[in-house]
Amino acid sequence: MKKYTYTEKKDTRSGFGAGLLEAGKKNDQVVALCADLIGSLKMDAFIKEFPERFFQIGIAEANMMGIAAGLTIGGKIPFTGTFANFSTGRVYDQIRQSIAYSDKNVKICASHAGLTLGEDGATHQILEDIGMMKMLPGMVVINPCDYNQTKAATMAIADYHGPVYLRFGRPTVPVFTDPDQKFEIGKAWMVNEGTDVSIFATGHMVWKAIEAGEILAEEGINVEIINIHTIKPLDEEAVLKSVAKTGCVVTAEEHNRIGGLGDSIAQLLATNNPVPQEYVAVNDSFGESGTPDQLMKKYGLDTEDIIKAVKKVIKRK
Amino acid sequence: MTPDIDKLTKVASQVRRDIVRMVHACQSGHPGGSLGCADYLVALYFHTLKHNTKFDMDGHGEDLFFLSNGHISPVWYSVLARSGYFEASELVTFRKINTRLQGHPTTHENLPGVRIASGSLGQGMSVAIGAAVAKKLNNDSRLVFSLHGDGELQEGQVWEAAMYASHNKVDNLISTIDVNGQQIDGPTDLILSLGNLRAKWEAFGWEVLEMSGNDMTDVVRVLDLAISKTSKGKPIMILMQTMMGNGVDFMMHTHKWHGTAPNDEQLAAALGQLEETLGDY
Repeated sequence: MKKYTYTEKKDTRSGFGAGLLEAGKKNDQVVALCADLIGSLKMDAFIKEFPERFFQIGIAEANMMGIAAGLTIGGKIPFTGTFANFSTGRVYDQIRQSIAYSDKNVKICASHAGLTLGEDGATHQILEDIGMMKMLPGMVVINPCDYNQTKAATMAIADYHGPVYLRFGRPTVPVFTDPDQKFEIGKAWMVNEGTDVSIFATGHMVWKAIEAGEILAEEGINVEIINIHTIKPLDEEAVLKSVAKTGCVVTAEEHNRIGGLGDSIAQLLATNNPVPQEYVAVNDSFGESGTPDQLMKKYGLDTEDIIKAVKKVIKRK
Repeated sequence: MTPDIDKLTKVASQVRRDIVRMVHACQSGHPGGSLGCADYLVALYFHTLKHNTKFDMDGHGEDLFFLSNGHISPVWYSVLARSGYFEASELVTFRKINTRLQGHPTTHENLPGVRIASGSLGQGMSVAIGAAVAKKLNNDSRLVFSLHGDGELQEGQVWEAAMYASHNKVDNLISTIDVNGQQIDGPTDLILSLGNLRAKWEAFGWEVLEMSGNDMTDVVRVLDLAISKTSKGKPIMILMQTMMGNGVDFMMHTHKWHGTAPNDEQLAAALGQLEETLGDY
């Protein structure tokens, strides 16, 4: 097992804030919009640097999506910022008609995704957003794993023309990827090469997969870990190549088991190379209040759950 | 420029012919609101807009128009064709398989003149605001126009947009509401009454004008007046009184032609009331 270490923990939303500032410096067409959550989205630095390119929309997310779509007409590259719940479910039809179907170059940037939003509870903990967004034709769906990757992804989507959903979170998590990485949309990242099982993980679950891999290595189980930061378009080549070698799969995501990364992988395998698969995901339920760690444990998204899933799926080979 | 009202009226007559023929040919679509807005859209495209018919999505240096009530696509398609964005002969494909003239307007098929999809109501004002703000950022002094149905005001997003535009002094935007008092299920007063629209828009901080939408002279006058009110710190709202079905006597005074196509006999009767001025497609 390749050794991964970290010296600090940071929130992925701060990676977004840092990436937005860089994207703004690099391209003066980049503009940002926020629906009354500047601090939560870490947009302060961009606003300070480019006040004339920032738009405070107020608590009106539907209007924010429409204004973002309009700003692209005239060449702007708008980044919208609010919680994942209000970035997707609340405004699905606005995104569908005014952004996706209209092929507008809007970057929908969504913080506080999943259970790790914590104490605010289920009203704010969206676990269906990846599914909703990936179903929209033409929408790119990205869920990076740490601060550095989120920063790199934010800069990369500014250079990509087309609608993008960028999902990140609230809690501080280990920073273990390269600070100077080049983010390639749709290109999976090989975290660890192995032979016994393929673990496809996204977002906060990547670090947990690494923790699980280390424990499993001590037991003689050699796991392959691949970071699927881009859920759509899925890096089909990387997935099929890995599965051809290992013959079984565990998917890990902070999302409902219905409609997320696991389903994307299952669909690909069903039509190409059907193999046993286990899901580490929320089992079709809403979340609740609690600390992020408590919630990840209670809803089956912990390191231990990945270990159990690996052992179970290997037996099914 | 002195507008040639007679010429505009003649164009509007042809556009009305196009509308009923398009809707008849595919036996679907929305003739009522389309007929009611024919004068406004003709005045806009043949008198008001400073625009290039060689279409460019970003529209730098030209006035832009957004249709929010996308179901009146027949009138817009006819006006776009008649003003040179594409050949009028393409109107025959309206709502047919593989057409660029989808039931509701879309950018998806690259139809010149269309900059956003619309049909799901309530979204166009937000888009128009975004485009207007982009013009300001680009130091582009041209204007943005948008059209909305009155029933559409029942969608909450319109009021989010209304609040934003006045708070942020989006004063390069001229929106128009087609006040025909009808929606699919009946008169707006019975379905969900809109109340005092002038008072509402004034309370939301807009400069409000009123217009007789089926009187070409008044349409031209009020559009000119609206332009004179831009760049004064307020977005501009034109409350446009129209008659759904205007131009075809049996389609007026009722909501029944909101989304109904005429049969052969009704088509002939309608065309008998509308002069062919530019040649049918």
